[in-house]
Amino acid sequence: MIETDWIWGLVGGLMIGTSAAIFLLGNGRIMGASGIIGGLVDRSGLSNWQERAAFLAALVVVPALMLPLYNVEVKTNITDNMGLVIAAGLLVGIGTRLANGCTSGHGVCGISRFSLRGMVATVFYLLAGGIAMVLFRHVLGVI
Amino acid sequence: MLRTIIAAVSGGLFGAGLLVSGMTDTTKVQGWLDVFGAWDPTLAFVLGGAILPMALAWNITTRRARSVVGTPFPARPDPKLGHNLVIGSVLFGAGWGLVGLCPGPAIASLSWGGTGGIVFILAMVAGMLAANPIRTRIDQVAAT
Repeated sequence: MIETDWIWGLVGGLMIGTSAAIFLLGNGRIMGASGIIGGLVDRSGLSNWQERAAFLAALVVVPALMLPLYNVEVKTNITDNMGLVIAAGLLVGIGTRLANGCTSGHGVCGISRFSLRGMVATVFYLLAGGIAMVLFRHVLGVI
Repeated sequence: MLRTIIAAVSGGLFGAGLLVSGMTDTTKVQGWLDVFGAWDPTLAFVLGGAILPMALAWNITTRRARSVVGTPFPARPDPKLGHNLVIGSVLFGAGWGLVGLCPGPAIASLSWGGTGGIVFILAMVAGMLAANPIRTRIDQVAAT
């Protein structure tokens, strides 16, 4: 049983990997979303701010331009519980900067070069995400 | 200038890939993490698909001295793991599970994510600003 979503997942994944390959081979940089944002936020990456700003601007604009291609309304289905959204945003911000990477930097760019740090980070964020689902969905029933 | 153009091409393709793959839909991400619920394996296809071209790219870096714009390729990171890698990844994973957004998809979905998406990004930015003093504090505790 191969579902359409899985095929789109694979196609989208190949696009994500290709974008990371372009950033690496073209600019010599690791395509980590949290690092690209974080370097602007805490001003540690201002020396190459044009590269970061261009990446982020295109990251917003290109999917926005693709929305009309969809027959159905594209949604993030994010929860309405703003307390939860704020808590999650804070955790993601603090966590990705402490760990120096997120799903793109550690996951895509790290695992593909067999980086021990990338693989260990990926194991821990997947485990923590799974535990959060068990605790907050199945035990507490809040998500 | 070329460097900025390459960054825009990469960011645009990254955003398109996140949308196409379904990773901007928080229910698909939470479905992947919900192993004991209605488990959705899509994310494995996304990650697997993303690793393939990137593994090829890392292989190419071993045969070239510099990037297209002339910068050196990133050196292998210090293999030392360290407590911040583990603590940070656990905090990130918990937040990722809570609402189903990580940094890339949060930015990519800015134009259609509504108030919730914007609040998430603002909280994430605040968290990033808080991370440096928190790291200093953790390092102090770890040193004692």
